[in-house]
Amino acid sequence: MNAPDSLQTSNATVTSHETQAAAGYNFAYLDEQTKRMLRRALLKAVAVPGYQVPFASREMPLPYGWGTGGIQVTAAIIGANDTLKVIDQGSDDTTNAVNIRRFFARTTGVATTRHTREASIIQTRHRIPETPLTEKQILVYQVPMPEPLFRLEPRVAECKKLHALSDYGLISVELYEDIVQHGSIATTYDYPVTVNGRYLTSPSPIPKFDNPKLHMNAALQLFGAGRERRIYAIPPYTPVKSLDFDDHPFEVQRWEHACALCGSRESFLDEMIVDDAGKRMFVCSDSDYCHERRANDDAIDDANVDTIDAHATTEPATHAGEHA
Amino acid sequence: MYVAVKGGERAIEASWRLLDEARRGDTRVPELSVAQIREQMRLAVARVMAEGSVYDEELAALAIKQAAGDLVEAIFLLRAYRTTLPRFGYTEPVETENMVVERRISATFKDVPGGQVLGATYDYTQRLLDFALLAEGDDAAGHAPRASREAPPEEPMPRVLALLDKEGLIEQETRSPEAREPGDLSREPLAFPADRTVRLQNLARGDEGFLLAMGYATQRGYSHTHPFAGEIRFGSVSVEMVLDELDEAVEIGEIELTECQMINQFAGAKDVPPKFTQGYGLSFGHAERKAMAMALVDRALRAEELGETLASPTQDIEFMLSHSDNVEASGFVQHLKLPHYVDFQAELELVRRLRAEHEQGVDADAQNEEAA
Repeated sequence: MNAPDSLQTSNATVTSHETQAAAGYNFAYLDEQTKRMLRRALLKAVAVPGYQVPFASREMPLPYGWGTGGIQVTAAIIGANDTLKVIDQGSDDTTNAVNIRRFFARTTGVATTRHTREASIIQTRHRIPETPLTEKQILVYQVPMPEPLFRLEPRVAECKKLHALSDYGLISVELYEDIVQHGSIATTYDYPVTVNGRYLTSPSPIPKFDNPKLHMNAALQLFGAGRERRIYAIPPYTPVKSLDFDDHPFEVQRWEHACALCGSRESFLDEMIVDDAGKRMFVCSDSDYCHERRANDDAIDDANVDTIDAHATTEPATHAGEHA
Repeated sequence: MYVAVKGGERAIEASWRLLDEARRGDTRVPELSVAQIREQMRLAVARVMAEGSVYDEELAALAIKQAAGDLVEAIFLLRAYRTTLPRFGYTEPVETENMVVERRISATFKDVPGGQVLGATYDYTQRLLDFALLAEGDDAAGHAPRASREAPPEEPMPRVLALLDKEGLIEQETRSPEAREPGDLSREPLAFPADRTVRLQNLARGDEGFLLAMGYATQRGYSHTHPFAGEIRFGSVSVEMVLDELDEAVEIGEIELTECQMINQFAGAKDVPPKFTQGYGLSFGHAERKAMAMALVDRALRAEELGETLASPTQDIEFMLSHSDNVEASGFVQHLKLPHYVDFQAELELVRRLRAEHEQGVDADAQNEEAA
């Protein structure tokens, strides 16, 4: 399945020249019976928001733990007219995102894009795009551990009971112990949420910075965990609450810096060490968001010298997005 | 500098080319053919077929070649292919009692009906490197006369464990009338509690190394089950399938299997007299280590149904079945190679904040002490 990525390095949307599935394979790789099985699980997941539906996960040509759940969900819902965006850590250019996008370009021939606004399906690992999603979009999450309780109770059979009884005392105790030990809740990503006032759910390892975007999102949010064989969903406009206490309300991360490239103070920033003296710079993790802001606004000079200490960079890459 | 975080399509493509070159090695050395692997690395082929869950020697050999001999990678390749195959139906249960036996031993009786057949085994080789094989063309060297191959034993080879049945000394594997049709682990998600048919399916495609280590642990006291190798047999069995058009079972081929039945002590319970119990192992191809380890683990996992004390992870069905699959395990362990910088950034922010707060706390304490 090694095929070149049809998405060129320019910013333009490139429609694949292939119009159908790769020779010898069904459209989107999976056979129709398997897709049907997946769609049934998806329907159930949408009907019971936040509930983990077991499904007969298949071996995929990518390894377990590398997005097989998300890939199966995407394969089950993608059609010839869809436009697909794949991100990992917020970026379209990380190797695994490139690889998954290549896989679908090869097996479906659908158009792929880097632009959040243009995509009808966005498969993601570890981030929710900064650009607000619409009712016409579906966000597919790759999930490593779907069970929000697994660190507290590794037995799946036991967790099932706890969910059935809405017995979520364990996790409250854990958060409480954090506050006692550290003065605040020490969970920074994969921060547990309650979906639709019922099921305790893992948002996948997105930073808690992204948790507010789960709430009342216009897009359908689907979660696929291939290795653990679970699918769950947050339907559009579903209330999602991050766990907290009245006297310790949920908080998201904040940075003292703005993005060195686009100057955003609202987006999630990645920290980069740029030389062996420990110089660091902060840039948006969502590469499309960052690009778009820079395209819209060339006047970014005022914000791009944000520094963490005296060693900080004074030379932000002005040609970000190009290949070395 | 920003480009450093971009993987780059070109880098991936360059990596494929390097991989192809690395696999091929020195081109002055003749290329290995799939047929050579199939014929001369039969034990590797057997393992890849068993854990890859497809009985196809040629594809297993191809996978080994493509994976440059990394068997777990080869198993993954075969599984990923297997998942695209349509399911035509299910064969009749294979009858291992009618196996055309190439090797059959029992450690519990000196002689058994049908006899002990040593066959091809490494068991009694002295593990001395055979430098004759180092010389090119061991066929030409002809240092060993070809073994005279006796005609396969004519006499029937009943299972050793069946012989103990007459006294009722050992439980027999019989299908209970109320038993449901076995599930299909490749089509249904693994769910707990898992009955024995599901467990055996899981173990049959489980990682040999995992089963070996866990089986070994049961021998060292982590669930002591006092095993005896009741019987180990290797040979070929015919596979039959009922075809709708013909409405009867038709032989569709032959496969090689290794079967192991372990005999284990059982102290008995309030309503059951003491007797022997069984652990069962079965694997494609010649794979005695795998079949024996599987039988040990199978028996350990029966602790709950036999009313034994659960004291070890080797008896914990969920623990064992959830971690036996090397395609899953290898993928998840190695996914740590994927970027995690978003989550790491979130943790960095937290640790920096906690350290700052800690420092403030220390300073405040110091001031308080000075004041006091």
